[in-house]
Amino acid sequence: MKILEFLLNAMAIGVTFLYGSTGEIITEKAGHLNLGIPGIMGVGAASGCAMLHVLVKANSLPPWLIVVLTVLATLAGGALMGLIYSFLAVTLRSNQNVTGLAMTIFGTGVTKYVFSLLQKDDAIYIRALPHFRFPFGNSTSSLQYCGILVFLGIAIAIAASVILMKTRIGLHLRAVGENPATADAAGINVTLYKYVATVIGSAVAAVGGLFYVMDYAGSPEAYLTIEAMGWLSVALVIFSLWRPYISIFGSFVFGALFILGSYLPSFGFTISMAASNLIKTLPYVVTVIVLIITSIRNRRENQPPASLGVSYFREDR
Amino acid sequence: MAQPEELTFFALELKGISKAFGTIRANSNVDLELRHGEILALLGENGSGKTTLMNMVAGIYYPDDGQIFVDGEEVVIRSPKDAYKHKIGMIHQHFKLVDLFTAAENIVLGVNDGSRYDIREVNERVRELCVRYGFNIDPKEKIHEMSVSQKQTVEILKVLYRGAEILILDEPTAVLTPQETANLFSVLRNMKKDGKSIIIITHKLHEVLSISDRVAVLRKGEHIATVETSQTTEGMLTEMMVGKKITLNIDRTEPHDTVERLRVEGLCGVNADGLTALDDVSFTAYGGEILGIAGIAGSGQRELLEAIAGIYGPTAGTVTYRDPKDGAEVNLRKKTPLQIRELGVRLSFVPEDRLGMGLVGSMDITDNVMLRSYRSGRLMLLNRQDPKKLAEEIVKELEVATPSLRTPVRRLSGGNVQKVLVGREIASAPALLMAAYPVRGLDINSSYAIYNLLNQQKERGVAVIFVGEDLDVLLALCDRIMVLNSGRVTGIVDARTVTKEDVGYLMTKSHDGAAKEGFISEGGGEK
Repeated sequence: MKILEFLLNAMAIGVTFLYGSTGEIITEKAGHLNLGIPGIMGVGAASGCAMLHVLVKANSLPPWLIVVLTVLATLAGGALMGLIYSFLAVTLRSNQNVTGLAMTIFGTGVTKYVFSLLQKDDAIYIRALPHFRFPFGNSTSSLQYCGILVFLGIAIAIAASVILMKTRIGLHLRAVGENPATADAAGINVTLYKYVATVIGSAVAAVGGLFYVMDYAGSPEAYLTIEAMGWLSVALVIFSLWRPYISIFGSFVFGALFILGSYLPSFGFTISMAASNLIKTLPYVVTVIVLIITSIRNRRENQPPASLGVSYFREDR
Repeated sequence: MAQPEELTFFALELKGISKAFGTIRANSNVDLELRHGEILALLGENGSGKTTLMNMVAGIYYPDDGQIFVDGEEVVIRSPKDAYKHKIGMIHQHFKLVDLFTAAENIVLGVNDGSRYDIREVNERVRELCVRYGFNIDPKEKIHEMSVSQKQTVEILKVLYRGAEILILDEPTAVLTPQETANLFSVLRNMKKDGKSIIIITHKLHEVLSISDRVAVLRKGEHIATVETSQTTEGMLTEMMVGKKITLNIDRTEPHDTVERLRVEGLCGVNADGLTALDDVSFTAYGGEILGIAGIAGSGQRELLEAIAGIYGPTAGTVTYRDPKDGAEVNLRKKTPLQIRELGVRLSFVPEDRLGMGLVGSMDITDNVMLRSYRSGRLMLLNRQDPKKLAEEIVKELEVATPSLRTPVRRLSGGNVQKVLVGREIASAPALLMAAYPVRGLDINSSYAIYNLLNQQKERGVAVIFVGEDLDVLLALCDRIMVLNSGRVTGIVDARTVTKEDVGYLMTKSHDGAAKEGFISEGGGEK
């Protein structure tokens, strides 16, 4: 049963990465490298938990409504971060790398502040919150991680894939990320697409933060490690070759590699603490391997969007 | 108003259009009329404001002043979308295509007719258009797998798919071979028959005369005149274009004191796709003469020059350079590009994307000149004085239109960017100068300035290798012409005696047939 628990846990932590990477893929498809994902996931968790805090105190709402409102607050928090990023990087055309890193620094700070307030006050409310479990999620202990957000995450990733590849909106979005001048000449509102993709992408990524704190870890203290989850999500984008449906599988691989260290002892291997931490870097190692393989094969289809990281200004030559 | 209605109004009419970029006036008070079902040539030198004017019609720029009428009704075009709404479509010189998309995906991009998006339906409609106008395109092929002329076809299909009645083509033949140009023109005639009104931007006079019904001439942003093509001549048009008569003869002096400078033997190589780019190329270049290289685009010109400059690694063959200082023979294949430069070998390659190679767009002219001299100067500090002087000279000699030396080069027009690029390479006192397409897209005056510079280098005893597109220029400028055909040398001929047809034959003949006797003769050089 240890193996099953390991796989389920891998899937659970993987969903955190799945939200983060799906959000980042949507943003990157518009040509925006949003390195603010770690901060955005933090802010998502913070705004969700703050909402939860208020709602639980009121103590009169049905649990499902609490869950919905909490997720909405998370989406709003992420969207707001996306909006700030878009204003800086799209409208003011600031450097995307710098802007993204600033968002991470800013977001991480906000996260710490909000959670410190919550904890000082009455963390007990948060610990007692209803988890976002799928209705039958708690029936057996080994399936305890199958919360509703797991299915939502997979659904969003599939929907993102379909929209990107099969719809007009997806075609336009990919064109914006590949060649914004061409998209502009074709009458596509480049700025609008960049804003919407970044805002939606950030909102999706933010849910990953909430999921990580409330569902996977089940404890507000987990906010301290959200940033690491954010960077892993960004790495997963590269691993997935900018395809959300590969991301579903990739998130599982990342999750398994990430928790492998803590499960090795129960599989009968004795390892030191240091080795266990070293194993957590395996997701980055496989990302590098994927990068090497795709670089050698050099297929245009597996490259990042061509205008990724480049600001677009119409009258620029 | 006894005339039928469609004759009363012009398909497109511009009144008093003006546009300025900073302090440079691109267009001032331009009037222009396009009749229904005609092909209007828009003629003018580089920087005369042709493209800017049309960009305002296509919604890329917005005019500072003036009115645009479509079918007699005043319209406001603020975006390409607005232009399509009024059935105006522009085929830009630099293709606006997404490389990673298929032809059909590019064609349907931005179209929002309310119907459900179904790529199979688009493929079908594109195929229909191809049949109707005589295009040869697979809608499912990806753009990055296509040739330049196929990409242009996709651009034209894009505009037709949107139902454009007014088509604007910006220098469509600049990237085409003569055969492809002929195909394009027959397609344009088909579209004209179909009732489309077409504006073609060009500065090639013979094309104007062969395709257009009327010609509108722009000079320095102003509309000079619009004339019926049937009632004009090359001489008249040139005069309107440049304002003064230009001698179409290039001074060519007899080479003297020629010495062997470069010997290439059995050079072979493959391109990025693993296909043969160079096949057993051998020739000798002499100091004091201009060796022309003719060939259809992509026949190995680029690989050959880059192999000599040390940027490209051939698979076999030798490149021997005779150092003018001591006469010692040097094997260039064992040298780094930097060492080769220091020996006096200069490569000035004007790619289709002028900013892509050799210049840094966001730096000013002086800084770009410094890219070639940053190693000089004392200690750690750069010497800015000499490059600045050189930059001033280039701007003056080649009449580069720029607000100041400090303007980033990407803000200059294409032709002016090129003058900076070529001027810098020529100015560095080379012993072997390789100039590929140095006059590509340049107007007549600037082209002549470049020819003169090349001739001056020849007089100085420099071995000049000139890769050109225009056969007339090759025949008038060079001493010998080497013809490349799919990576092979099909002939090295004396430019003074060979005919255009002969060179054309060497460029296009298939490899299967044996070389036509008598064509391959080693001329010049040894004299």
